[in-house]
Amino acid sequence: MEEDKNKTVVDKIWDFFASITLAVVLFALIALTSIIGTILEQNAAPEKNIKLLGKLFGDSLAPTLYPIFEKLGFMDMYHSWWFVTLLLLFATNLIICSIDRLPRIWKLIKDPIRPLPEEHFKNVGIKKEFLLKGKTESIKNAFEHAIKKIGFKLLESKGVNGYQLYSEKGNYTRLGVYITHLSILLMLLGAIIGIFFGFKGSINLPEGKTYAMAFVRGKAITNSADEFEMDTILDALQATEGKSASAAKKLGIDEKTFEAKLKRYGVKPLGFSIRCDNFATDYYGGSNMPKEYRSWLTVIKEGKEVMKKSIVVNDPLNYGGITFYQSSYGMVPGAKGIFILKLTSKTGVSEIKKMPFGEKFIIPGTDLEGALADFSPALAFEPTGRPFTSGEQMTNPAVLIAFTEKGKPKYSGWIMKRYPETGRLPEGHIVELIDYWGVEYTGLSVRKDPGVLIVYLGFAAMGIGLFTALFMSHKKLWVRLVDEKNSTRVIIALSANKNRPAFERKVDKMIALLSKSGEGENQ
Amino acid sequence: MSSSTLFGISTIAYIIAMIIYIAYLAFRKSQIGVAGTTITLAGFVSQTIAILTRWTESYAQWTALTPESTFALSVMRSAPLRNLYESLIFFVWCLILAYLIIEFKYKNRSFGAFVTPVAGIALAFIDVSGMSKEIEPLVPALQSNWLLVHVMMSFISYATFALSFSTGLMYLILKTEKRTESSYMFWTITTGVFIVILVALGLDYLTFSVAIKNPETLIKGYLFKASFFNQSFGISALSWIAALAFVFLVWRYGYVLRKVISSLSISPETLEEITYKSIATGFPIFTLGGLIFGAIWADQAWGVYWSWDPKETWSLITWFVYAFFLHSRLLRGWRGKKVAIVAVVGFVAVIFTYLGVNLLLSGLHAYGSLE
Repeated sequence: MEEDKNKTVVDKIWDFFASITLAVVLFALIALTSIIGTILEQNAAPEKNIKLLGKLFGDSLAPTLYPIFEKLGFMDMYHSWWFVTLLLLFATNLIICSIDRLPRIWKLIKDPIRPLPEEHFKNVGIKKEFLLKGKTESIKNAFEHAIKKIGFKLLESKGVNGYQLYSEKGNYTRLGVYITHLSILLMLLGAIIGIFFGFKGSINLPEGKTYAMAFVRGKAITNSADEFEMDTILDALQATEGKSASAAKKLGIDEKTFEAKLKRYGVKPLGFSIRCDNFATDYYGGSNMPKEYRSWLTVIKEGKEVMKKSIVVNDPLNYGGITFYQSSYGMVPGAKGIFILKLTSKTGVSEIKKMPFGEKFIIPGTDLEGALADFSPALAFEPTGRPFTSGEQMTNPAVLIAFTEKGKPKYSGWIMKRYPETGRLPEGHIVELIDYWGVEYTGLSVRKDPGVLIVYLGFAAMGIGLFTALFMSHKKLWVRLVDEKNSTRVIIALSANKNRPAFERKVDKMIALLSKSGEGENQ
Repeated sequence: MSSSTLFGISTIAYIIAMIIYIAYLAFRKSQIGVAGTTITLAGFVSQTIAILTRWTESYAQWTALTPESTFALSVMRSAPLRNLYESLIFFVWCLILAYLIIEFKYKNRSFGAFVTPVAGIALAFIDVSGMSKEIEPLVPALQSNWLLVHVMMSFISYATFALSFSTGLMYLILKTEKRTESSYMFWTITTGVFIVILVALGLDYLTFSVAIKNPETLIKGYLFKASFFNQSFGISALSWIAALAFVFLVWRYGYVLRKVISSLSISPETLEEITYKSIATGFPIFTLGGLIFGAIWADQAWGVYWSWDPKETWSLITWFVYAFFLHSRLLRGWRGKKVAIVAVVGFVAVIFTYLGVNLLLSGLHAYGSLE
């Protein structure tokens, strides 16, 4: 009590942040408040959450509640000032808590184990005492051997009527808790670095197109002046392979102004260009279950192709600290693509043909001429057999080809990309639709996060720290050997900062083995 | 035998085992206990074979659809851990395994009556909710090596948490004496509400079973419509009164359970130890497998290791509850009942992370946008 009165304000603040009570209060607060953001949809259109509030509190209350909740930051709560404050308090608590306790723990780790005074053997939690036949010297040797065998660091002292062996193991495991705490701080640090020095954007990159920037959330373009300005910026970046310094120079404005404009429109220059060579969806067998979304990408720097990679979900492309993830796909509105056909005559001569819609081709070595008469991105058939287009996405691309021979119409039919057997002609020639290229875009998530390595370091530290903290312990073992005529009295004391019973079992096993071998010697 | 027949056998075995274990609690004849263990073990063996059979079934499907895939890859991609159905099965398998280990190690059968109901309810939930049991090939987002390790470790930790829930609840039942005590109120009300929800779900199923095609339709269209939210005011009011009356009865006569448990050869200290040990084992597995591997996977698939989506957030909430548990033991005066309450709350958070987020929250949002 006396001590408390003499404490300065700084001491009191320190004690407040060093307390476990604060830690568990923060655990509870963070956990409880987090629930709000899992119920209310975050960063959603207001109508959605007003509807939701209507369901929870009644439609009459919802319009009143919504603005209050919005003021409290509930609609983007994980980034609200009070939630960030909670996280900062949590981090401060972790740091102060660790600093406060570390010196004491460090002493426990570093101070070498000392022999236990005789009278203290009574006070140690777990004590064993028994008599072993044999000379003290030989029993000492046996114990030394056994203790070293279980990996303990061994020391010994000689007393008046015998020896004391004292040993310890795992003193550094006391650091496990601190490694765990440090790992959380590393993750938070990595996250902060990511927020300040990284970005998360996207590009919808059409097949055959090259982009030198990604887009993040920026100002909505409402008038033609904005649109014109944005276009100039994009053109300048495209021409300079996404180097903002050169792009600014090209536009004749200083770099700072240019950067500000980029920020305003949510444009992130890549510093290189990326091209989508192709995008394709693969399906499981004849089903409509997608098996794979794949984009073939090329990185271009200073006019040269420096990297080529095809990416799928779970396998991104990384170049220059920027990573491209397969995230969506779609049709480019109004795009005119190129049909790629593979023509194989019945004699086995084959040829790849690329042509726009409406053009004609000839099966190699024959008079058979085909004309592209119709296209469907998602061909399906009604029960009556009538073909129709079932959607806008390229789920089953097909071309209708009308064949003529020497100007006379012969037959026509749908050839589907996913079903090559549809391209087998009566004469034995084969026409395959390889792709209708240039009409799809691949939706890429683009991420730059220099903090992610630190976060991963935190992950590793968390694994190591938790394992050490929960499964390993600092164990101490004292063995006193007292000479008694033809036998030796053995007094054992042991302690561990965790899981004592397991340690006791281990020592019991060791003793059992020793007494067994001792008996063997005596016989 | 097909995997579904074997799963059926194991479901029935666990439900019979549950009844036998409860009978064992009541009569305390060792033969009854042995019978309980035998039937649990039989259910476990049958379930193990069922999982392996399903694995080979889906392996055959996977290799047929993707002939180019290597053996190791096919084995991994066809592991039966891909949807709600398969994960629930695996959860029950882990739980029973953990229970059998504990029973063997502590030579005590008394918590069989508290663990087998969790297994039985989980398996019954599969049938009641009518979730899809189809073997389906993996969608692109799930084609990752992290799937196996992430899901496996998550469910192993869920099983250890379920165990700590059972022992924590038993500890509370044993240690509370007065009806006015807050820990007594906590366990009786929690247990009461738990049973009420299960009964209400059962009523929904009995009333609307024809219309229910999957868990989502159950939650979106029919949740508690047979009872609390019934169109008829009378039925709805009656349900609320019945539920309140039931919770009251559990509170009023809950001490009977204490008498049953205290007559068993199981000390509160053992229960406390098992609670702590299961959480101390489950927590690092959950942190590493559930949160960290999940984050690494998200980072590889989407380029964000953390996005505060409801599933992630609820995992974090669960993590904080168990972090609270581990730290609260360091607080003065926080051993015993208060800590046991945290263990029980922790598992409620687990259930919500696992089922509530998938069914309730997504249902809530989807429901909101339907109107």
